[in-house]
Amino acid sequence: MISLNINGREHEVDVDPETPILWVLRDTLGMSGTKFGCGAALCGACTVHLDGEAIRSCSTPVSAVESGKITTIEKTTDGTDRVGAAVHAAWVRHDVAQCGYCQSGQIMSATALLASLSPGAQPTAEEIDSAMAGNICRCGTYARIRAAIADAASTLV
Amino acid sequence: MFPNMDHKELPRALQHIMERGRSTTVQAMPRRSFLKLAGTLGLAVGIFPDLAVAQSSEADAAAASLKPTEQPSAFVHIAPNGEVTVTINRLEFGQGVQTALPMILAEELDADWNLVRSQLGTNDIAYVDPLFGMHLTGGSNTIKNSFTQYRELGARVRAMLLAAAATRWNVEASTLRTEAGAVLASDGRKLGYGELAEAAMALPVPQKIALKDPKYFRIIGQPTRRLDAQAKSSGQQSFGIDFKLPGQLTAVVARPPVFGAKIATLDDSAARAVKGVKAVLRVPLDRGAEGVAVVADGYWQASQGRDALKVEWDTSAVEKVDSERQLAHYREMATRPGPRQFDSDMVPLETAPLKLEAEFVFPYLAHAAMEPLNCTVRLADDRAEIWMGSQSAGPDAAAAAAALGLKTEQVVLNVQMSGGGFGRRFSSTSDTVVEACEIAKAARSAGLNAPIRTLWSREDDMRGGYYRPMHLHHARIGFDKKGKVLAWDHSIVGQSILTGTVFEQFMVKNGIDAATTEGMRAPYPLPMRLTVHHPKDNVPVLWWRSVGSTHTAYVMETLLDDIARATDQDPVAYRMQLFGDQHIRHRDALQLAVDKSGYGKTQLSEGRAWGVAVHESFSSVVAYVVEASVADGQPRPGFTAIWPSTL
Repeated sequence: MISLNINGREHEVDVDPETPILWVLRDTLGMSGTKFGCGAALCGACTVHLDGEAIRSCSTPVSAVESGKITTIEKTTDGTDRVGAAVHAAWVRHDVAQCGYCQSGQIMSATALLASLSPGAQPTAEEIDSAMAGNICRCGTYARIRAAIADAASTLV
Repeated sequence: MFPNMDHKELPRALQHIMERGRSTTVQAMPRRSFLKLAGTLGLAVGIFPDLAVAQSSEADAAAASLKPTEQPSAFVHIAPNGEVTVTINRLEFGQGVQTALPMILAEELDADWNLVRSQLGTNDIAYVDPLFGMHLTGGSNTIKNSFTQYRELGARVRAMLLAAAATRWNVEASTLRTEAGAVLASDGRKLGYGELAEAAMALPVPQKIALKDPKYFRIIGQPTRRLDAQAKSSGQQSFGIDFKLPGQLTAVVARPPVFGAKIATLDDSAARAVKGVKAVLRVPLDRGAEGVAVVADGYWQASQGRDALKVEWDTSAVEKVDSERQLAHYREMATRPGPRQFDSDMVPLETAPLKLEAEFVFPYLAHAAMEPLNCTVRLADDRAEIWMGSQSAGPDAAAAAAALGLKTEQVVLNVQMSGGGFGRRFSSTSDTVVEACEIAKAARSAGLNAPIRTLWSREDDMRGGYYRPMHLHHARIGFDKKGKVLAWDHSIVGQSILTGTVFEQFMVKNGIDAATTEGMRAPYPLPMRLTVHHPKDNVPVLWWRSVGSTHTAYVMETLLDDIARATDQDPVAYRMQLFGDQHIRHRDALQLAVDKSGYGKTQLSEGRAWGVAVHESFSSVVAYVVEASVADGQPRPGFTAIWPSTL
């Protein structure tokens, strides 16, 4: 059995330690908000937070996160996290999503970026591009993603 | 996404697809029983609206001649709390029709937009494209073909709500009006749609209805947030890949390294030993191939099982395509005579004062939708339920029925929200759903009675087909010093996507696939000779986004720029002169992009350059002005500003 802390709750799962955290979330725990895109840390659709940092859950074995705290899109956008709520609201306000499949990962990367800034600091365009570089959107919503991140940051002042 | 096609021809083409899966004569069925059945074993009563559905019950008598696509019951549900749920007849995969179609219906319904919800449909006949007569999301047709349909649906329901209110209040319906989800009487009385819905939906469906004058539209034409914006910004949106039934298992497939190859030897002992693996099954695949499906508790266990397979493939009977040899072959073909799409009078090329020659090579492209292909199948003795993102639920369900030995009406396909598609979620062989059905069937034969989701990995998606074909364009152009083209000798070499499909007889003429050449020449008045070669290669090919325009737009616009440059002309002015008075939309689209961008007015800094292009595809004219970084005549990475316009 492997012990995991996901969204503040302890879970015991009986899986191969090499299983990527993505498939524990999706198949074992039934949390489907985190998406499978490439399985090779190339597209960012599976992004979750490990101790507040954005990681690719498809390529991170569950054995490597036992001691850490995992946060997924379900928790980040449930209204209890100040930064997550601001990002979620900006995403809706800017109507960012088209097909929407990559957006869980986009939001998790965006939230990690804004949470890493000192209080009141606004991200530069370069910081946004750099933080979001690993998240691919096949619909091409990048312009709205950037605008929504800047907007969310401005509401966090 | 799907080639430009005459909607008058398509229904005939579709009959062939349907006949594959159709085992019985189409049954007439009372509309009344529709939704009840759809929820259980579902119904695909038949495929063609002109053959279906006779109404039998008395209450439905007035609507007897309405087609299933005109029956409100399949499209609108109004809950007692006033929530209006609109079922859409298309796949939503990013293009926004899950919001746009409900907007159209809500407009005529006079619904309260805040109470409008939407959901995706099934392979039921009600959800065919009203003009094509088939289930189809493609060819940029959704709004074009369903605009009037959804307006009429909304207007019919509104008329029924008015009639129900008139009965309730014992007044003439003509004294009543509607506004934002309520019926209002002249004396100020008011009833919400939710309070009237049950009585209204039991009334006869009116045949003739009046539609609003567009000047009274208050939803259509207004910027409107997508109905799925909240769900897609919180991980709450369920896609096909997220659909889960109790006890559901996941299958992945080991496919042969060459398309169409078979298994020589298989050792699955190590795969079966992987924890969580439930079955290893030999299954027939697309193009006569054979593969090995590994069924397990979840994707990771299944893919671990697949990695542990020892398979030797028999590729002796299939062609092995080699990219270099293929390109050499295409180049050689481009020099040969062949069937001609255009054969204009041209002066001999040698006599032209100026000449240019160019070659363009476009690679095979996978659709690479963000959500990997997947399909969930639940089998019972006499029926199958399928959940998948399908651009064509009817043909997919018919193909599933054929694979499963069922009648089409025994298969329900529940269309699932999709993470992109770009044409891949409709193939003329229905390969994704057929494969998933073969796996479910083989599992059931092996005693595994569980719903099975077949899931493609990203590598499966890239290696497993289908693709936008590789194309080679070769152009030799002669023109004078003013840029007037005197001769344009052009060859295209590329596999036909429609040959071998039911569309061949309508879309492949004189040996030329219309999907290969769409976007060539028009609207420019050019003396062009266009020769087309369709080599046969062992690579599965398919429509991909704008189909022919994915290569022809680039070729045409690049070559026009080359001519303008060679004759010292401004590329915008050169195009405008070619459009003349004939092509006003092209001219206006380009002018709009030019005006927005500051082209010709803004002085660019060193190393920056403008680019322009105009193209018509699927009835839309699109123009772009781009400002980009250029070094040595080539664009280079850096900030690129784009001013698009669409007319």
